[in-house]
Amino acid sequence: MIQQKYFIFIGVIILALLAGTFAYPNYVNKGIDSLNNKFHWTLPHFWDKPFVLGLDLHGGVNLIYQADLSTVTDKASAMAGLRDVIERRVNLFGVSEPVVQIQGQDKLLVELPGVKDVKQAIDMIGQTPYLEFDEVRSEAESKPILDKIAEAQKVQEKGGDISKIKDWTLALQNPYIKPTELNGKYLSKASVVFDQTTYKPQIQLQFNNEGAKLFENITARNIKKPLAILLDGSSIIDTTGDGKIDGSDLYAPIIQDKITGGTAVITGDMSTKTANDIVRRLNSGALPVKIGSPISQETVGPTLGAVSLKKSLWAGIYGLLAVIIFMVLFYRLPGLLASVALIIYVAIVLALFKLIPITLTLAGIGGFILSIGMAVDANILIFARMKEELRLGKDISVAIKEGFKRAWPSIRDSNFNSLIVCAILFLFTTSFIKGFALTLSLGIIISLFSAIFITRVLLLVFVGKWASKLRWLL
Amino acid sequence: MFPFIKYSKVYYIFSGILILLSIISLIVFGLHFGIEFTGGSTIEVSFTDARPTSEEISKSLLSFELGEIIVQSMGEKGSVLRFKGIDEATHQKVLTKINELSPVQEKSFQYIGPSVGQELRNKTLIAIILALLAITIYIAFAFRKVSRPVASWKYGITSLIALFHDILIPLGVFSVLGKFYNVEITIPIIAALLTIIGFSVHDTIVIFDRIRENILRRGMAKFNETVNWSLNQTVGRSVSTVFTVLLVMVSLFFFGGETLKYFSLALIIGMVAGAYSSIFIAGPLLVSWQEWSEKRRGA
Repeated sequence: MIQQKYFIFIGVIILALLAGTFAYPNYVNKGIDSLNNKFHWTLPHFWDKPFVLGLDLHGGVNLIYQADLSTVTDKASAMAGLRDVIERRVNLFGVSEPVVQIQGQDKLLVELPGVKDVKQAIDMIGQTPYLEFDEVRSEAESKPILDKIAEAQKVQEKGGDISKIKDWTLALQNPYIKPTELNGKYLSKASVVFDQTTYKPQIQLQFNNEGAKLFENITARNIKKPLAILLDGSSIIDTTGDGKIDGSDLYAPIIQDKITGGTAVITGDMSTKTANDIVRRLNSGALPVKIGSPISQETVGPTLGAVSLKKSLWAGIYGLLAVIIFMVLFYRLPGLLASVALIIYVAIVLALFKLIPITLTLAGIGGFILSIGMAVDANILIFARMKEELRLGKDISVAIKEGFKRAWPSIRDSNFNSLIVCAILFLFTTSFIKGFALTLSLGIIISLFSAIFITRVLLLVFVGKWASKLRWLL
Repeated sequence: MFPFIKYSKVYYIFSGILILLSIISLIVFGLHFGIEFTGGSTIEVSFTDARPTSEEISKSLLSFELGEIIVQSMGEKGSVLRFKGIDEATHQKVLTKINELSPVQEKSFQYIGPSVGQELRNKTLIAIILALLAITIYIAFAFRKVSRPVASWKYGITSLIALFHDILIPLGVFSVLGKFYNVEITIPIIAALLTIIGFSVHDTIVIFDRIRENILRRGMAKFNETVNWSLNQTVGRSVSTVFTVLLVMVSLFFFGGETLKYFSLALIIGMVAGAYSSIFIAGPLLVSWQEWSEKRRGA
């Protein structure tokens, strides 16, 4: 039994050190650097995973759109298509980790951290998706474009102004493909079908009457040639497999024969997922869902976010110090041990914020700071009971045991109660409340562990028989 | 031992006045809801040179027809503007106009459409109702065991009275702040109020648990002494617990920046009211109620 408590104590210390280092690896990594320099070692750095900061701390724009689904029958898949289209566009802004999420039935949340030109972003997102079918240019057509591009490149290398070249806009065109008259307007529906014999997924396109005629003409003049499918001016899917859609991607099935009747099937070796992706995007171009301008917008400048983050962190540090001073003054040795447990608590929660990861917002930090104040409540309850037991003349180790046992029902009720409120707060879709409820409930759960388990181990290890001579410490 | 019960009337009068003032203030001034509930726009700016007066700013924006424009100074060089909802293009024009007045840097912009505000109002209402319902169920559960001499439901009703006390007072304070300092009821403040609900009820329950424990230990003679004894036992814990939360919240109020300022203020007021009501209202009320029903039975 005596051995066991020391093992657990060592375990707690290791956990605390790991959590602390993970939450703030700067010092340890500096130490590793200096060791490496001194002894020419090549020790690796400790895992340095950054905190995920929300828009209010990082700066950026949060937009909520309401989609007009009045013309659509399958609302869920229309929304999925819309999300997909907007995600493609948002990826073009080059911001780190943009978020595009469906909220409720017909709302779309778009978050663009660190975006500079909000107006341009809103304009681009608000556009109706445009699906086009492009045919291959003849050599006679592509040569002048290629020549013009080469000419423009030369001028550019010399630092000249390409807009001075005659017919310079030609250089902006795609030299290999050109748009046909056929576009999303003429497509009534796309769907995934499975081949009767091979069970491989295929894509079936269904054009309306006008589209059927256009498609017939296009297929007739392009037999054995590819027909490229583009959405918003770029390839409908990632064909190079590099995870992004750019100029090197092009999805262009080969036209086998002239197709009449307005129904076409794209075959080929593709996964069901790819087929579904293509179909969803084809449909978003066929039945474009309009989203117009945002119904809610929040733009946070980068300076404001940084200032808020710094201020709230310092407020948290001052608050933590104040709680520690209070605990030590009022509860002496147990208070000191509870403070150690509280610091371990902070390290573990911060480490979890990084590990899970939880997106930190101001509200989340507010909830976390509140939880620092609440975390010692369990200890206060335990110490009050402990003091009562000591006053009754009980032995210290018995008093510790009884203190924990008698305080437990109150601690359990208290935290359970707060968790209920957190769960209700989580019902809000507002990100502020969610962030608050999430960090607060995580804090409550971890504080149960730190205030009960860690404080108990510390008390058992550090408060022995000797303390009965120094009763003022307790 | 402090004779808590002896001065019951003083606490009742004190709390009664506070609650009355809060209700009057809520009726007369109402609550000043933020744009997340009403819809509208806010711009927060920071002037690089001298800050124009609020009148100058709102006057310069008259041509945009922004409805009622509220301009508030913030910090040394900052201003917060509130007006009706505008789109991004108008937002940029407004910003240019302010920039002409005096060079400015935009810190944040928020636009909430009317439908979003409506939805949030509904959601908030549902959350508040759910929270109150959950707490009532929780109280019923906590006091499910039959107890004598005081019936379980009396503990429950008393904790609910204490709960309304703790919510009404911060609301009253915010209605005054809203009237005179344009402080708005925002989502963070609602979150704080709901947190208070959980916290306050629990504080009361810890005390009531003690009372029932002591009734079992000491018998049920002299109910008021038992309550008084229980209050003396738990007061240290109640004060300490609230005090540690106050420490972090006061630090957040003074150092935490604008967004969390009123969130922490709501928690501070609610926590203090909660600690006060658990000690000075809930316990004494239980005794008064018991004495009153005994008297009625005797008569």
